[in-house]
Amino acid sequence: MINAGIVTVSYISATILFILALGGLSNPETARRGNWYGVAGMTIALLATFFGVVTQNYTTLLIALLVGGSIGLLLAKRVQMTQMPELVAMLHSLVGLAAVLVGFASFMDPLTHLTGVELTIHDIETYVGILIGAVTLSGSVIAFGKLSGRIGGSPLTLPGRHLFNLGLLLAAIWFGREFVIQSAAGGGMTPLLIMTGIALLFGIHMVMAIGGADMPVVVSMLNSYSGWAASATGFMLSNDLLIVTGALVGSSGAILSYIMCRAMNRKFLSVIAGGFGTSGGKAAASSSADQGEVAPIDAQETAALLAAAKEVMIIPGYGMAVAQAQHVVNEIAATLRARNINVRFGIHPVAGRMPGHMNVLLAEARVPYDIVFEMDEINDDFPDVDVSVVIGANDIVNPSAQDEPDSPIAGMPVLEVWKGHTTIVLKRSMATGYAGVQNPLFFKENTRMLFGDAKETLDEVFKAL
Amino acid sequence: MKIGIPKEIHAGERRVATTPEVVSELKKLGFSVAVEAGAGSAASFSDAAFEAAGCEIVASSKDLWTQSDLIMKVRAPEAGEVELLRSGQTLISFIWPAQNPDLLKTLTDRGVTVMAMDSIPRISRSQKMDALSSMANIGGYRAIVEAAQHFGRFFTGQITAAGKIPPAKVLVIGAGVAGLAAIGAAKSMGAIVRAFDTRPEVKEQVESMNADFLLLDFDDEDGSGEGGYAKTMSEEFIKAEMALFAEQAKDVDIIVTTALIPGKPAPKLITADMVRSMRDGGVVVDLAAEQGGNCELTEPGEVVVRDGVSIIGYTDLPSRLAAQASQLYGTNLRHLLTELSPEKNGEIVVDMDDEVIRGATICTGGETTWPPPAPKLSAAPPKKEPEPAPVVVEKKPSVLGPIIAVVVGALALLGLGAVAPASFMAHFTVFVLACFVGYMVIWNVSPALHTPLMSVTNAISSIIVIGALLQISSSNTLIMWIATFTVLITSINIAGGFAVTRRMLEMFRK
Repeated sequence: MINAGIVTVSYISATILFILALGGLSNPETARRGNWYGVAGMTIALLATFFGVVTQNYTTLLIALLVGGSIGLLLAKRVQMTQMPELVAMLHSLVGLAAVLVGFASFMDPLTHLTGVELTIHDIETYVGILIGAVTLSGSVIAFGKLSGRIGGSPLTLPGRHLFNLGLLLAAIWFGREFVIQSAAGGGMTPLLIMTGIALLFGIHMVMAIGGADMPVVVSMLNSYSGWAASATGFMLSNDLLIVTGALVGSSGAILSYIMCRAMNRKFLSVIAGGFGTSGGKAAASSSADQGEVAPIDAQETAALLAAAKEVMIIPGYGMAVAQAQHVVNEIAATLRARNINVRFGIHPVAGRMPGHMNVLLAEARVPYDIVFEMDEINDDFPDVDVSVVIGANDIVNPSAQDEPDSPIAGMPVLEVWKGHTTIVLKRSMATGYAGVQNPLFFKENTRMLFGDAKETLDEVFKAL
Repeated sequence: MKIGIPKEIHAGERRVATTPEVVSELKKLGFSVAVEAGAGSAASFSDAAFEAAGCEIVASSKDLWTQSDLIMKVRAPEAGEVELLRSGQTLISFIWPAQNPDLLKTLTDRGVTVMAMDSIPRISRSQKMDALSSMANIGGYRAIVEAAQHFGRFFTGQITAAGKIPPAKVLVIGAGVAGLAAIGAAKSMGAIVRAFDTRPEVKEQVESMNADFLLLDFDDEDGSGEGGYAKTMSEEFIKAEMALFAEQAKDVDIIVTTALIPGKPAPKLITADMVRSMRDGGVVVDLAAEQGGNCELTEPGEVVVRDGVSIIGYTDLPSRLAAQASQLYGTNLRHLLTELSPEKNGEIVVDMDDEVIRGATICTGGETTWPPPAPKLSAAPPKKEPEPAPVVVEKKPSVLGPIIAVVVGALALLGLGAVAPASFMAHFTVFVLACFVGYMVIWNVSPALHTPLMSVTNAISSIIVIGALLQISSSNTLIMWIATFTVLITSINIAGGFAVTRRMLEMFRK
């Protein structure tokens, strides 16, 4: 047994290690060390609690830790990089579930005896902790379903959905009041359960209403929620370590959501309100009329163009991930680089299904990270690019975001590929992207369309090289 | 349907209307192709090569003309050739109906269907058939090659052991297809290239080729006419323009002129005085020689030296790059045939509702169908009406919003501080500070690592396991089991989150 002071000190060091873990992510070199800081922080916190706080049931505890840890390791080992968003969503749901369970257990714990304002505050903390946890839980489960394709990606737009959400919110507040009153009298389980149901329903409805293109925002938002849930639990248990860690995670997720929203030029609230990504808006219909003809190209010609270029820019989108084409993309890039052609990758912040998704996929395919650039780093270089290859991306290279003020994606920052000499767009068909907007890029004079499955066509291109 | 490719009989013409490579594409469209013996020899395509591509070689010109259903040529048919055409045949070649009204009348009278490659409307869709652009491109390139031939020095600047060589300065007047090709060729040889054009929209194209666009100090008069060509400019404009050329002539070594206005003689842009002011050894290449020339001293078809300056007035520049010109022209023809033969069955359908085919067809079935109704598309964007000055709705960033938010927030905090116990306030302080630390730290995270960031935050948010550990020693069995289950799921999260982060970070390599 160690005393409370040592436990507190351990918690402080764990906090510092967590902050270092996040700080390390500023570049890939320090990130690996940062991850170990995180592991060390977690270990210290667990050991301190284990020896300083836990008094019995060590065996069950150890078994639970071992079983859970093994499942976690197995998952981490098995998961494919294209499935990362699903995994992250699933893990979020576990944090949400844990927050709910800890909240209920704490509420049922007969050992806490508080009165007056302290009881009220504690009750509110419990209530809020369970609320956020439940929203995170059900929202993440739905997000998991959407990301893994078990639930359709198109947004569910119920009539009067904003009123419905508002109703749920008011009900949650009203039951909160009921809960505090009843809890003071020794009861309160019923309103707590009803609220949990409401929160679960709210989480489901919220994510159901969000379209596939907004998934990066949803995933980072749920990331944020899982942090706030941990923080609220910390308040409930008067534990600073939980509060700090939760706040770190919460603000991290919030910043990611903000970055994603900015990258799509959308307001956070309008993303949450949902309904985006329905195909064929009014503006889309008017501007898609009479765009002219597209010029197709075949794999051999593509290879010839690439071989003759000096500057090549590759813009991957989610389509590349779907077709599992990242490995052949890397081989093509490596071949071209061996011929002294400067190949770079341009990544839009919202390419893929979660923040940074494309970077991870390219890293998995062993593309060196120093040739992978962010949109802002390379957008000015396009006039010097001989060939840009757009693989399975659409809205992020759509010039209407700049040219057409009525376009649904107007104002969204986009990669200005059309300023390059030649653009080759790999696509399965002429279908529109998530925003449902026709892309004038395809009809530009210097754009060539390479139709077909990204992996098969790129394989052919690679062979032709 | 049988396509006949006769040998060009125009003096000095080296091009041929198809190449062995194109022939194999034509055969895919279902056509059979006959080539007159020796038709491609001046462009380095032997009869054997044509035969290998599946052509029939016809020795006699007369036989070829009579047995073919479709004749494809480069130059307009000349005296001996027109008589060989018969009603029902189709002819595709350059015709220039505006300059050759007699020829157009004769062809109409003979009942031939004639498509003029020069009359294909210049719209986006027809670019692949635009033989004028193809030929202009070659002409522009060849102009620089000819200039280099007559220019006694390097194009590129060099510092050598034997002294410093300044780069040649090239002025290109008229940045159309030919002008741009000339800019590209001169630039790639290392010269300093300047370009001038009356159409301001080509400035961007010129600059995209790394050449300098010369701006005229003049109230912006837009020189864009119909169909991507220039129009005649006002007198003051021309005066300012001439002053610019006079000044440039003293400075540059080579001048390439490509200024043409459709249906008019070429404007005289380079005067004898300007030529005199040029350095000895300078070169003027006049691509407008056939239309009278942009330079006063140009003699069409000849190279003359005046005041030490070579003035090149060749009118057959594309023909001087015969193999290349034949290949591009043949490909333009193939694209036209692809449009004409939508079924790919070797038969052509002259669809007069198709804008491109309608424009190209100048006579059919004994009727003259030229000029066609004018196409309205131009490379330049349609001129915008000067928009009414946008009503200035200056959206003042509302000062009120943030103030209200701050006030509400402050009041809420005050209210909280008034009622909350000290222990809560301590935690609250920690919470607010942690939010700020998080804010500072996360903005430094490289966007490439956002996915690892999410997985690692996921792992550390499982610190909620501490809550479960606090409860696991409870004497209440239900609570104990709930806590155990919580420990189980959070440890999935901890192990999974850290492990997957590690796995991802391992993949990031230089």
